[in-house]
Amino acid sequence: MATGTKSLILQGNEAIALGALHAGIVSAYAYPGTPSTEILEYLLKLKAKQGFPHAAWCANEKTAYEQGLGVALVGKRALVTMKHVGLNVAADPFMSSTLVTLHGGLVLAVADDPGMHSSQNEQDTRVFADFAHIPCLEPATPQQAYDMTFEAFELSERFGVPVVLRLVTRLSHSRAEVSVRDGDPGQVIRSKPPTKAAKSSDWILMPANAKRQWHGLLEKQKVFQKFSEETSHNPLTHLDGGSELGVITTGIALEYFLEEKAELPQTPAHLHIGAYPYPTEKIRKLVARSKRVVVLEEGYPYVERYLRGIIEPPSGSSAQIGGKLSGLISIEGEMTPEIVRVALGLPERALTDFSSFGLELKGRPPQLCKGCPHGDMFFAIKPALEGFPQSLVTSDIGCYTLGALEPYSAIESCVCMGASIGMAKGAAEAGVHPVIAVIGDSTFLHSGMTGLLDAVASNTNMTLVILDNEAVAMTGGQKTLIASSRLKDVVLGLGVAPEHLRLVEAHRTKIKENTDIIRQEIEYPGLSVVIAVRECVETAVRSKKSKSEGGCA
Amino acid sequence: MKFDLVLANVGGQGGLSIAAVVAIAARHQGLFVKQSEVHGMSQRGGAVSAHLRLSDQEVASPLIPLGAAMMILSLEPMESVRYLQYLSAQGRVVSAMAPVVNIPDYPVLEELHLKLKKIPGTVLVDADRLAREAGTLRSANMVMLGAASKFLPLKVQALEDAIREIFSSKGPVVVEQNLKAFALGRGV
Repeated sequence: MATGTKSLILQGNEAIALGALHAGIVSAYAYPGTPSTEILEYLLKLKAKQGFPHAAWCANEKTAYEQGLGVALVGKRALVTMKHVGLNVAADPFMSSTLVTLHGGLVLAVADDPGMHSSQNEQDTRVFADFAHIPCLEPATPQQAYDMTFEAFELSERFGVPVVLRLVTRLSHSRAEVSVRDGDPGQVIRSKPPTKAAKSSDWILMPANAKRQWHGLLEKQKVFQKFSEETSHNPLTHLDGGSELGVITTGIALEYFLEEKAELPQTPAHLHIGAYPYPTEKIRKLVARSKRVVVLEEGYPYVERYLRGIIEPPSGSSAQIGGKLSGLISIEGEMTPEIVRVALGLPERALTDFSSFGLELKGRPPQLCKGCPHGDMFFAIKPALEGFPQSLVTSDIGCYTLGALEPYSAIESCVCMGASIGMAKGAAEAGVHPVIAVIGDSTFLHSGMTGLLDAVASNTNMTLVILDNEAVAMTGGQKTLIASSRLKDVVLGLGVAPEHLRLVEAHRTKIKENTDIIRQEIEYPGLSVVIAVRECVETAVRSKKSKSEGGCA
Repeated sequence: MKFDLVLANVGGQGGLSIAAVVAIAARHQGLFVKQSEVHGMSQRGGAVSAHLRLSDQEVASPLIPLGAAMMILSLEPMESVRYLQYLSAQGRVVSAMAPVVNIPDYPVLEELHLKLKKIPGTVLVDADRLAREAGTLRSANMVMLGAASKFLPLKVQALEDAIREIFSSKGPVVVEQNLKAFALGRGV
């Protein structure tokens, strides 16, 4: 087996996929979500090409995480990936999995989206790792993404807990040269036969065992703390320099600091945090020698908040702390070189003024593609609601959220995966009629089925419209978990009355017909479901193309 | 040497292929490269951008600082306006002429062209015409790369090799079309 290295240009997400492969994973599980999607896509391509590792899209992040945990249960290595809000869905297995004693490595890569480029919130996964009492690594570059992923598996097995990799959009979607191991370095670990845990009681979290395991996890905190003080991911430098300034960077904020620091009159003392729990002693050392401390972190003021505390810190320091809580840096949105520059006390860069050229900037919001089946359904839904004094259309996460915009203006809510159905039920039971919930096929399979079961159980007076475009379109057109033709059986299996399950074609030539069908189902005083079928125009073009290319070869 | 490039386009125009070609060419030439792009909702006919940073020293920030870009390379004229704040006083705009009109208040095209031309150094390219000449409208992105290449710190050979590398999986016809598109763009 070759032990050399080679250099590739990799996206942060691809670097994670390769780091996991080289660490010897047998499996990877995920639900697509920007900005995390390319990690599993890269592994799926590898699987198609070379037969390993196993990689699969799952119904949702919870099922993905549980499958990864099952791999670890038999002593093998698994990678699970998701976007930040996906961890809310996986929170149940995630929080309790920290109590079992792992002997196979389990690494959870979570991509946060500060600035909300394509998300509904800005939550910071470092807080979640802290909540779960487990270590978290935060790469600053694609190279670190590769190296830390590789190391995370070793840490997971050494500490016996899952390890979180916290990513942000600008790391996941940035490319740079990455030096990676050559050959198949994961082969030895990947080929080990599965082994069960020495004691199954370590995996059976009934109260007596769980109390022991919880105690064990709390004891491990000292080990994690020691790791954090010693790891090279948390370098403390220029402690003896002349600058009064001390800078703490975390994750990708390091790169913005490096971009700007050359212009500072004196090099500040600097602690970079790439591994959590944060290194308490190193932070104390930095603060003790600094008159001013600036904390640069992408996401929540997580380190800064602990740094401030409520009572005086043990260091007794009176250093001024600048960060997101002091108002030096905005607590909302992404970091930029400009924000870091000003936070470090450097003057704003002089910019050329182009206003005299009279160039006016117009917004160009995302929109449904030309010919999109969702648009045709929104045009069918709106007239079906005409004449009612009050109505409500709840919706969900996916391309069809764009139904909120002109020319559709057809939906009134978008909160989280699957919420459209539960919220419709609540609103109907609060007295609104008609109520329509609009959800995509993949989102329905992700988190809509349980909500529909609630509506079946109480025969709620509402209509569910499932927009079945046979794809997870928003994240790049991944295939929906089950074939479109089987969706009807899922809905019937949940107990929806067959006479109130209507299948329609989402097409502009059928708008009038579809309006009539929706109207009939609205008027039925109970639960009804309309499945509107037509393939996503993007994936249709792609499959046509790959078919014709396949024909030539 | 440091060269910061903002790539602008509308989702689906092939801007990220330009980024991939430039990154590979730069690496073959021994330069450090860092690229940052935004995906997701912006794929749906919205504004898409990528930041490409080339340097003979290691590049830190994945984002180009405001006022630092040596070029805005845009596949759509109005999109070049969106990122002007990134343009350095020494930088220039290289933009395709044809608009993507998917918003109700798109500016009058001729006026937009005239105003863009007033910015010193601007190059406007009839990329669609040249792409058709190369054999496919889809190669307009490589026409634009060709037009931009005269101002990039990259060798023609390195860019052509990178085009071959990126498009090789799509067959020799596609490779030749893209190389021709690149050459036609270079002739602008």
